[in-house]
Amino acid sequence: MLLHKFVVSAIVAGSILFFNTNSSVYSEPFDPYTEEIPNTDLVFGMTPIAAGEFIMGSSSEEEGRKVDEGPQRKVAVDAFWMGTHEMTWDIFELFLNKNYEASVSQKALSPEVDGLTRPTTPYLDMTFGMGKEDKPAIGMTQYGAIQFCKWLYTKTGKFYRLPTEAEWEYAARAGASTAYFFGEDQTALADYAWFAENSEETTHKIGEKKPNPWGLYDIYGNVMEWTNDAYVPQYPEMTDVDENPQQTSEELYPRVIRGGSYVSEALDLRSSRRFASNPAWKQIDPQIPKSRWWFPEAPFLGLRVVRPLVRPTEEEIMAYYDQAPIDDY
Amino acid sequence: MDLKNKNPRRDFLKTSALVTGGMMLSPFSIPGAYASGSDEIKIALIGCGGRGTGAAFQAFGTDQNIKLVAMADAFRDRLDDSYKALSSKIGTDKVVVTEDKKFVGFDAYKDAIAEADVVLLATPPGFRPIHFEEAIRQGKHVFMEKPVATDANGIRRVIAAAEQAKANRLNVVVGLQRRYQDNYIETIKRIEDGAIGDIVGGHVYWNGGGVWTRARTPEQTEMEYQMRNWYYFNWLCGDHITEQHVHNIDIANWIKGGYPVKAEGTGGRMVRTGLDTGEIFDHHTVRFTYADGTVIDSECRHFPGAFNKVDESFTGTKGRAYMNAGNVGKLTALDGSSLYDHDGKGNINPYQQEHNKLFAAIVKGEYLYEDATRSAMSTMTSILGRNATYSGKEISWDEAFNSKIDLMPEKFTWDAMPKVLPDDNGIYPHAIPGQTKVV
Repeated sequence: MLLHKFVVSAIVAGSILFFNTNSSVYSEPFDPYTEEIPNTDLVFGMTPIAAGEFIMGSSSEEEGRKVDEGPQRKVAVDAFWMGTHEMTWDIFELFLNKNYEASVSQKALSPEVDGLTRPTTPYLDMTFGMGKEDKPAIGMTQYGAIQFCKWLYTKTGKFYRLPTEAEWEYAARAGASTAYFFGEDQTALADYAWFAENSEETTHKIGEKKPNPWGLYDIYGNVMEWTNDAYVPQYPEMTDVDENPQQTSEELYPRVIRGGSYVSEALDLRSSRRFASNPAWKQIDPQIPKSRWWFPEAPFLGLRVVRPLVRPTEEEIMAYYDQAPIDDY
Repeated sequence: MDLKNKNPRRDFLKTSALVTGGMMLSPFSIPGAYASGSDEIKIALIGCGGRGTGAAFQAFGTDQNIKLVAMADAFRDRLDDSYKALSSKIGTDKVVVTEDKKFVGFDAYKDAIAEADVVLLATPPGFRPIHFEEAIRQGKHVFMEKPVATDANGIRRVIAAAEQAKANRLNVVVGLQRRYQDNYIETIKRIEDGAIGDIVGGHVYWNGGGVWTRARTPEQTEMEYQMRNWYYFNWLCGDHITEQHVHNIDIANWIKGGYPVKAEGTGGRMVRTGLDTGEIFDHHTVRFTYADGTVIDSECRHFPGAFNKVDESFTGTKGRAYMNAGNVGKLTALDGSSLYDHDGKGNINPYQQEHNKLFAAIVKGEYLYEDATRSAMSTMTSILGRNATYSGKEISWDEAFNSKIDLMPEKFTWDAMPKVLPDDNGIYPHAIPGQTKVV
């Protein structure tokens, strides 16, 4: 009996995130900013990441390299802001529970926010006792992470989405071609990351470690971070620059997550290291169909949002948010 | 000092008047379950929601030759969704539920049970005693979900039917899956072997954010509304101290090898203030006292935004124990040194293990599982806790167990009225500690 399909379907040339718009008028400067969740005292920081090119993947000499980190190729990405931190429970929980959001908010919820699709309340405690305040939200599916972005969009009017795999690696490297953004020396990791050696098996408050050169905190460790991409075991062979690449799929599994977590070993925190979502993370979900919102066995998985500098059209935005969920048995 | 020897509760089942007040079952049919000659096991699913459908998947996930031959649910749409999921993923050679074997309504369970060797009972828990009695009366092996009842009357019925199941060697597995989970089994085995001495205190928690609600629709009768929102009504759910926290309370009973003699506690409704929140509390804190004087603190709550934890910890005369459903099991000496740290890697999914064990026993003709009485006693413990918080008084086990208060409706039809009804503003009455009578 095959309950889960592990096969990634043929990769469709994706185009939902990068748009051939002619828009060149930016209404605001490309600076760091603080996003406020309207009518609450909750905020999160956004850091500008300039457009650029980099070599994606790792060379065959890199210690700990896996075969799926290649072949290396030149990738160009457009400019975007990225969440300075991993998204916290403080904010994610407003999205989880409309009544809670309404009780925390200083004004009534708008009809658009009121009418959003929200996660089913998890039967289990999805913090696994690790705490909420200033700690990363964990255990959500990619679908749940994208619907959270839609909630943010409805609240703020800004197009937030998950990073592509290329954007994530570009931002994590911060210009470095070494295994880590600070070089090759693993002993420096403890300055920048919560991982197996120093985490004491729990998530930590965001921003307690030093940021990477582009100002991103906890980009390695603490929790793994969702990307938009389907996982493919090999990057395409390319001679030209691969512009804004992304992989889409008709299958629910596997999808790419990045960055290692509080339970990862040092080599799993490398900028090029890739991880794939796994249906076994819902093994102990006793319901069928299994929750489209929660991975009860992935307490190491969280999210960080990005916002492209060039805003797509409303139709394109809604097409991204309203991708049909895939049933999971 | 050997506290264990002071604890007479291990013999509780033999010494207390468990079946007093239990209904007399009609004369038994001969157990026809799993007739020899074929390795095929016919199952029926009673209660086709997400959990029931999950249980059916787990039955198919065993090594045995399973056929689903009948389904029953109060609601046709629930049955249809479940059938669609099962038939499309398992295949119609194994999911052989023809239109005339899809039974809908309050009495549907009887006909579905008749079709099968083994029945899966996964309706809202208020119906469990009725369905369990019928399954045993018809001589079937049973997997049933926790909790097994919502009031003492239901508990007594389950215990009486469990006696009959035992007499007829019918295997009964109950979905208190921690009992089938390696970290609990291995850790508690070591505790029972004396690794941390005698257990003298403990804390069990289910602190989470709450569960789903389903909006009332204009065409619904009151009965249908309550059935669709079963979590919020005591006759159906038992309150969250029973529906969820029974898992952790059951671990306390397992560790103590018995059941509490009394309970007192505090509970109420802080955040559950809307029209869609029925009559249940959103928090309970209970002190359960066992026969040897050990006090186990129990806490459960549904507070969005608050700190959550779901786990069990105990103090022994020589050390401490910590367990949770994430395959953690740790024993620590009083000086902090580790005595045992369970390796959860590769541990089998406990929901699957329940079914693997049940169906393997059935196929071999073995009688191995009699979870019903024990599970009824742990469900009763949670009801005792609810009695304590609802009343605001100290309640003894015997008072709670012998209570004649029956939460179930007088009759089961769509236009019948449950016993708890909303006021003119649509608000349901709920218990007021100090005023509410519970036994």
